[in-house]
Amino acid sequence: MDKPLNNKAWFMVLPVLLLVAFSAVVPLMTVVNYSVQDTFGNNEFFWNGIGWFEEVLASDRIRAALGRQVLFSAIILAIEVPLGILVALSMPKKGFWASVCLVLMALPLLIPWNVVGTIWQVFGRVDIGLLGHTLAALGIDYNYTQNAVHAWITVIVMDVWHWTSLVALLAYAGLQSIPDAYYQAAKIDQASRGSVFRYIELPKMQGVLLIAILLRFMDSFMIYTEPFVVTGGGPGNSTTFLSIDLVKQAIGQFDLGPAAAFSLIYFMVILLICWVFFTVMTNLDKRDGV
Amino acid sequence: MARITLSNLAHSYLATPASPADYALRTMDHVWDDGGAYALLGPSGCGKTTLLNLISGLLHPSEGRILFGDRDVTDAPTAARNIAQVFQFPVVYDTMTVRQNLAFPLKNRGADPAYIKTRVEAIAAMIGMGDRLDTKARGLTADAKQKISLGRGMVREDVNAILFDEPLTVIDPHMKWELRTQLKALHQQFRHTMIYVTHDQTEALTFADKVVVMYDGAVVQMGTPAELFERPAHTFVGYFIGSPGMNLLAAHVDGAVATVEGVQLPLGAGYSGLKGKIEIGIRPEFVRLSADGTGLPVKLRRVEDVGRHRILRADFFGREINAVLEEGAEVPADANRLSFDPARINVYADDWLVVAGGAP
Repeated sequence: MDKPLNNKAWFMVLPVLLLVAFSAVVPLMTVVNYSVQDTFGNNEFFWNGIGWFEEVLASDRIRAALGRQVLFSAIILAIEVPLGILVALSMPKKGFWASVCLVLMALPLLIPWNVVGTIWQVFGRVDIGLLGHTLAALGIDYNYTQNAVHAWITVIVMDVWHWTSLVALLAYAGLQSIPDAYYQAAKIDQASRGSVFRYIELPKMQGVLLIAILLRFMDSFMIYTEPFVVTGGGPGNSTTFLSIDLVKQAIGQFDLGPAAAFSLIYFMVILLICWVFFTVMTNLDKRDGV
Repeated sequence: MARITLSNLAHSYLATPASPADYALRTMDHVWDDGGAYALLGPSGCGKTTLLNLISGLLHPSEGRILFGDRDVTDAPTAARNIAQVFQFPVVYDTMTVRQNLAFPLKNRGADPAYIKTRVEAIAAMIGMGDRLDTKARGLTADAKQKISLGRGMVREDVNAILFDEPLTVIDPHMKWELRTQLKALHQQFRHTMIYVTHDQTEALTFADKVVVMYDGAVVQMGTPAELFERPAHTFVGYFIGSPGMNLLAAHVDGAVATVEGVQLPLGAGYSGLKGKIEIGIRPEFVRLSADGTGLPVKLRRVEDVGRHRILRADFFGREINAVLEEGAEVPADANRLSFDPARINVYADDWLVVAGGAP
């Protein structure tokens, strides 16, 4: 039986097209529109070509923010992925305590970003915060509002506290899916604990770890609310990450042209790095295979 | 290599077993000879895998001891027992090549690289994977993966025993036969103690010198294939071994005569003092159509031709009696009597074989 061909059916897709247009394409096009035009006010725009893109790419301020951003994401991944795996490995496999662990692990994930920021903002304060006050009492000169290193440590510890659970839960799901026979075979083959991890657990977790790494990379690369609430980008510009800088430029200074070019480049960078991660991780075992 | 002694061994998956029903494996005392090829036969859930895991140390028994030779290994971890075990479903290390998979147990024991190389190649040739040694295990089919699992089980020469847990389930029939033959050849060559779990009687009977039949957490009989066929120690063995299984009929036995539904049958020997549920069992191979009007009155239901012989299915007071007839044997349309070979009739009291002459 031939399938009936009716090109009018394409009209059925129109509502979705309209929705997508308003939710994604039109705002994005607005940004594209701003990125190639300049204005001196009075709602009069004129063509600027790729001028803003050149300016953004040449800007020391944005390059510095990009550097900080890359460093931040690298540190976050380097801490949260191994830590998450370690937590998942130490969680009980079944029974009452497994449920308790799962609930406890999920708690930080349920807290909204600005609340997390506020919690740590207060937590770290030297005058009333438990952490800040304790450190001060121990004689450590901790002050995240004045010391750049302290600010960084605070923001990183906060992110680790907030998001390691995600990696741990994903890794735990990956571990749970490994049949017992694998562990039994490893015992029979007299494999060491290290070999079990290297040859059984890690390969079986590869899929979920790819998701965990991508999610954690994207989120950390776009982080805004938490450092904004805790440090406001300071002291100085030391914790001014890309999105904080972007918002300053777009809303603070109302430089719509450069900000639009900046967002498009930002978007491309994220897309590119995600693509690299994905390609490298999916090809990892094919390469050293044959 | 060593003799394996199970002494008062029992296992329950519950922390505090109360009744015999809580035990996956009931108390047993057995000695498995060094270098023997054993098949562990029984239905699903009868405790075969539990027994294997106890021997290999993957499980710790609730009660009893396990000895390898004279050494008590009950509390020894799996690694210290030096046992090889192959599981029902393929277990391969995905990221390794076939070669690395096969070499893994040897490498973990710190064997010499040159020895590993020759040994791995010998095993690979045996499982028919010599030309694929350097492919990744991840992309292989299920039966190729299972062959790797088998190879990993056989790669160590110094093991105390090799345990196979229904290893050929996922292998196609032709390869099954070939691998079984190779396992047998391997056994004859190296004389490892091999224990082979299966629920397929053909597999058990062709592989093993001795077949161990398990039923409901207990070993009901340990014997050669001929013993299992001729003198099943338990009605379950009679039913489970043979195709079709043994005919069982409730009977009253007095001396050398059994009375079944009012019909008297001569027995090969005399019995006395029988108590409990008495049954007589006879293999279909020893049931004949009788021409002279003696024997059990039956209604013939159908005749199945299965190639080398024919199976006669008859109805006796609502119970089925099977007979195995030679190929081409005549079955007259009015045949209505079956006779049994008296010497081949076994008597069972409460499902257990009664030795002629007295009570069990």
